[in-house]
Amino acid sequence: MRIYALAVYLFLYIPIGVIALFSFNAGRHAAQFQGFSVQWYGKALTNPFVVDALQTSLTVALSSAVLATLFGTMAAMALQSVKGRLRLAFDALIYIAVMVPGIVIGIATLIAMVTLFDWLNPILAAVWPLAEGAPQLSLGYGSLIAAHGLFAMALVIIIVRARMAGMDRSLIEASADLGATPWGTFRQVTLPQIFPGILAGFLLAFTFSFDDFIIAFFVAGSQTTLPVYVFSSIRRGVTPEINAIGTMVLAVSLLMLITAQAILQRGRRAG
Amino acid sequence: MQRQGLRTWLFLAPAGAWFLCMLVLPLIVVFVFAFGERGAAGGYVPAFTFENFANLGARWTAFQNTMVLAPVGTLACLLIAYPLAYFLALRASSRWRTLLLILVIVPFWTSILIRSYAWIYLLGGQGIPSLLNALGLGNPRLINTPFAVLIGIVYGYLPLMVFPIYVALERLDKRLLEASSDLGSPPWRSFLQVTLPLSMPGVATGCMLVFILLMGEFLIPAMLGGGKVFFIGNALVDLFLQSRNWPFGAAVAVALVVVMLVTVAAYLRFTRRWAGGRDDVSLM
Repeated sequence: MRIYALAVYLFLYIPIGVIALFSFNAGRHAAQFQGFSVQWYGKALTNPFVVDALQTSLTVALSSAVLATLFGTMAAMALQSVKGRLRLAFDALIYIAVMVPGIVIGIATLIAMVTLFDWLNPILAAVWPLAEGAPQLSLGYGSLIAAHGLFAMALVIIIVRARMAGMDRSLIEASADLGATPWGTFRQVTLPQIFPGILAGFLLAFTFSFDDFIIAFFVAGSQTTLPVYVFSSIRRGVTPEINAIGTMVLAVSLLMLITAQAILQRGRRAG
Repeated sequence: MQRQGLRTWLFLAPAGAWFLCMLVLPLIVVFVFAFGERGAAGGYVPAFTFENFANLGARWTAFQNTMVLAPVGTLACLLIAYPLAYFLALRASSRWRTLLLILVIVPFWTSILIRSYAWIYLLGGQGIPSLLNALGLGNPRLINTPFAVLIGIVYGYLPLMVFPIYVALERLDKRLLEASSDLGSPPWRSFLQVTLPLSMPGVATGCMLVFILLMGEFLIPAMLGGGKVFFIGNALVDLFLQSRNWPFGAAVAVALVVVMLVTVAAYLRFTRRWAGGRDDVSLM
């Protein structure tokens, strides 16, 4: 039984390990390790396409995670006092957002936005006061942030709500009885208790956006995120540079996940 | 009370508007487009026709591949995941259990793109095949085969299968197993008559989650199947990004969502048959 478990863990981690190992390979050869070197990291981080894609990915991940965390936490708090049909509708939307595959979300966002832009752009051009320079709406940062924000928000709502379910309600009532304003109660009682959930939700939302390929593939427009860049370079062949980028991407997600997990575990123990 | 209601609405408004604009409306647009006609230069011309649905047969191979490899992949995940979940829930020492569980979940949250790429590396000409060749075991072609896609599927979705089964097994009342063994059942009989039936809700949840996500898969077949193993997801990418036949693509997407809804409905019917069929799954 133990040996079996060990074998499964090896299966899960050897491929990642191989990528990480060969990212430090001094040579170009894919199967032979020819000495330790960080030259591929240097190559990757000085490649203007990689730097550009990384910048796009970080901007999108940060914006969508911040918006999703803010609006998601607000919604999770409000949903506590909502019952009936509105509650059911929200629950359904959250689960649909999580369950509908990324590819369908990508397609739906693509055609809805392109159709909307085709329709809006002539109107914008007509009402623009100057002869030239009317803004042209197109896919890019906006569509990426909006589409990633959707899944991220559903994620934050689910996590923050789970955290609230374990919260001691009597403290809130006590705070109100003792004359605290709603804002005071929120800041001094509710927020400290749900904060681990909010932070973990933010980290997971960021990780999701940073790693997502399929939605970005459809809605990135003229922008290129890091996963989209990696996908198109893999099509041209396996290189040590991709190993280095891949290892960095994995390291970023691992760091975020371990932090999120540690926060949630500590919160669980404290709560 | 009036103020309370207003605040609730204000707090719900941004998320509600986001869900409406980015989820509900786009899905409606896909549904409407599926009944439209293709424009001369691609895109969409309003119409009401069932032609796109009648044409679904043109992408039959993609549906066929998906409907074969998705169940096979789900089954493979189940067979590999069950013993691991069993080990984690009933055999692993409680000191290590949390860490071992986290180690199962973590890969699921890291980039599937990079993880599939790792298998291109391992299964490609200079990876496992050259290793086998050096050992004198022949030089099999592994990459760009259905087998490679299956490995990628198991690798990508195993964590999603382990977790719900673990949750079901962990909740199982251990006294039932003691009772079974006190009454003289050999271990295998206790397993078949107690453990296995009680873990079925977890099995059903895991299978549904993996199956649903597999049906929408694009990356694994694109990267490990080399264009030969073609899923519905690959057909969708082709229709939307290459041949720009949006109405037909929308019809394929609608067909995909319908198959998924049928799966979820079957799952819900299935789990309701078990007592206390509530089964919350969270991946954190």
